[in-house]
Amino acid sequence: MEPDDAELIAATRRGDTASFEALVRKYQPRLFATARRYAKRDSEVEDIVQEALIKAFHKLDSYRGEAPFEHWLMRLTVRTCYDFLRGHQRNREVTFTELSAAEQDWLDRFGRDPGDAAANAEAARQLVERILDELTPAARLVITLLEIEERSVKEIAALTGWSVALVKVRAFRARAEMRKCLKKIARDKYV
Amino acid sequence: MNLAELERRLLAAARLHQPSDHVPYGFEQRVRAHCSARPTLDRWAWWAGVLWRASAPCLAIVLFLSAWAWVAGAPNGANDSLDNDLEGAVYAVVDSTTESW
Repeated sequence: MEPDDAELIAATRRGDTASFEALVRKYQPRLFATARRYAKRDSEVEDIVQEALIKAFHKLDSYRGEAPFEHWLMRLTVRTCYDFLRGHQRNREVTFTELSAAEQDWLDRFGRDPGDAAANAEAARQLVERILDELTPAARLVITLLEIEERSVKEIAALTGWSVALVKVRAFRARAEMRKCLKKIARDKYV
Repeated sequence: MNLAELERRLLAAARLHQPSDHVPYGFEQRVRAHCSARPTLDRWAWWAGVLWRASAPCLAIVLFLSAWAWVAGAPNGANDSLDNDLEGAVYAVVDSTTESW
């Protein structure tokens, strides 16, 4: 029978790093999937997950066991992703002319008939990825958690460490930021 | 162009895509090696930590002494005494010079 999380955590606290390796093996796929929402390059994704896991190892004494270990680990990972976004913040706006042929084609089709744009979801996904890249770190985090992962405001507050009110304010600003970005692309398209 | 509809469709497309959960080979061993490595002491970080931890007790002492001084109050005629003391200190050199002549 495999030891459960509590046993592995207790063993890690006693200095058994092999137990921590077992915890890492169990949860790392989920952490990689989360990190890939915020970073593109493999090296960046690996750095984020590694940093989150090392933080978890050093802060393991602060884990009180009130919530599942997975939640605690996800919180550390989301905060590490946010730090990564803040460290790699870019201050430029995407324009229609910078879009790939597939993205421009998808927008053209959407402009003619929004119903027709359902095809080629990959182009739409690339387009939304490009727009997310232009948002501020807080806006990107909120849009990803709230709109793409469809988490509740309360869950986001727990993951980010922000208050519920702050999450609501940041969600409002993030939507406005995203709409501004879309407006810019649409305006460029018709100029 | 209907921006609200555009936003809705883009987000729907993003929702359909689930990022890969692929883990590079031997990643857990790499993490374990990092955790097993003896941490090096960052002296500046340690000193900053000490200063940060000391700031709260120092603030508490300042507040306590301020409150104590406030409650105890200044003795009667304290202002006069302070004036005299200041004047005495400033003219002390002159007085001593005069006396030496």
